[in-house]
Amino acid sequence: MTTHEQTLALFAGIGGLLVIASLVGFVLARRARGESPGIANLNARIKAWWVMVALIAVAFVFGKTGVIVLFALASFLALREFLTLMRTRRGDHIAIAGAFFIVLPAQYVLIGIDWYGLYSIFIPVYAFLVMPIVAALRADTKNFLTRIAEVQWGLMVCVFCVSHVPALMTLDIPGYDGRQLLLIAFLVLVVQSSDVLQYVWGKLFGRHKIAPLLSPSKTVEGFVGGVLSASVLGAALWWITPFSPLHAFGIALLINLMGFFGGLVMSAIKRDLGVKDWGHMIEGHGGMLDRLDSVIFAAPIFFHVVRFWWTA
Amino acid sequence: MIERLAASVITVFARLVTGVRTNWLGCQPEPVQRIYFANHSSHGDFVLIWTSLPPGLRAMTRPVAGADYWQQSASRRFIGERVFRAVAIPRGGDARQAQELMCAALDGGASLIVFPEGTRNTGDEILLPFRSGLYWLAKARPDIECVPVWIANISRVLPKGEILPIPLLCTLTFGAPLKVAQDEDKTAFIARARGALLALASPQGNGESEP
Repeated sequence: MTTHEQTLALFAGIGGLLVIASLVGFVLARRARGESPGIANLNARIKAWWVMVALIAVAFVFGKTGVIVLFALASFLALREFLTLMRTRRGDHIAIAGAFFIVLPAQYVLIGIDWYGLYSIFIPVYAFLVMPIVAALRADTKNFLTRIAEVQWGLMVCVFCVSHVPALMTLDIPGYDGRQLLLIAFLVLVVQSSDVLQYVWGKLFGRHKIAPLLSPSKTVEGFVGGVLSASVLGAALWWITPFSPLHAFGIALLINLMGFFGGLVMSAIKRDLGVKDWGHMIEGHGGMLDRLDSVIFAAPIFFHVVRFWWTA
Repeated sequence: MIERLAASVITVFARLVTGVRTNWLGCQPEPVQRIYFANHSSHGDFVLIWTSLPPGLRAMTRPVAGADYWQQSASRRFIGERVFRAVAIPRGGDARQAQELMCAALDGGASLIVFPEGTRNTGDEILLPFRSGLYWLAKARPDIECVPVWIANISRVLPKGEILPIPLLCTLTFGAPLKVAQDEDKTAFIARARGALLALASPQGNGESEP
């Protein structure tokens, strides 16, 4: 199969799954006669999945630029949700404006021009040092460390980590030329299906809560079943990757575990802030960050594993 | 028809710029006649309230505003009169006339959006003292519930003295309805209403948790 055919086959497969999911949701809703909020939420989630898959498909059609723009937009929406909930003050105004209007676009431009040496340290080093300087010049010392740390964390999570998804396109893998988009499809598909499968396994067999204080809906059964079945899915997708089936399974397992723990970390922050969701952007899912949390923690690790062992 | 179109353009635009989020904390968006009272720090305040109401409620909810603001241009007049169907209060008129206009709107079945601070708050104070209009209105129509609405973040988006707005999300929190108690006087009710609104102001104090 050519790259083009592989991409089409992949999206046809996802489309087929969504058709089945929508049919199941429709039948369940008919049976419940609109009396079950759980089923309404399920259908809202499925509908949102259609939109998300369509967006990714459109980005793929536009190639490298399309994908960079898509994830830059996702970063923007995520950062906006994150900083809205932080306890910043007037003194942070310039630093935050800089984060939105300078750091975020610059990070994606650096990825666009494939400047690995800079985009991999731009936020952890330069933004890390310059933002507190800008904020300090405003001479507002109240909760200074907390405020500046919150803005830096927002940039790391919402911009730096998310940008490692399109950064996969810059990897130079022998024998895998021009197919890097499929690496993005692999990462997103495996990690997101892990979220969905954890939800499904948890609903069907969930008995023992795994982290009752952080995330009451997560269960041991959902975690084991979801992570393992999504890793099997990853192995089954080896044909779109430069990995062998066994490697694909191992890498899928790694990113699924990172995704799971990423979800826990983001839940802990939400608990601390006293909110259930980061936002209300995606019906049934919450905000952009609620959907992205697992990808955020998986993407940089996936990027570096592939870069270290598979690139020339 | 053209009013509906204008209404959707305005609400879509408000959503894009502020990404407005709505917390129905103390009540639900039910088709009950209400007086929504909110803090006032921006001209966009009632657009945000109006946007965050479901379309059905939006159609029955009218903002109360100074007449002069709505008569400054033809487009404003169109939006004020036809889209928001604002209850226009003549500036400098007496309090009784204002009250009669609002009561007439309530008797017509509408819900109202009012800003009891009486003016836009552009200072550092979190909430200005209330004027007494809310008390007289609630007293005149004691069966209609008064719902506090806290509008958060508009002032963080563009603090006074800054030039560049930052795209933070604005949040509206709807609190529990209140009514004037039988022997409650003006000072007590105004203090209670102001307290109820301020209680919604804690940035993340919605205490929501997963079921």
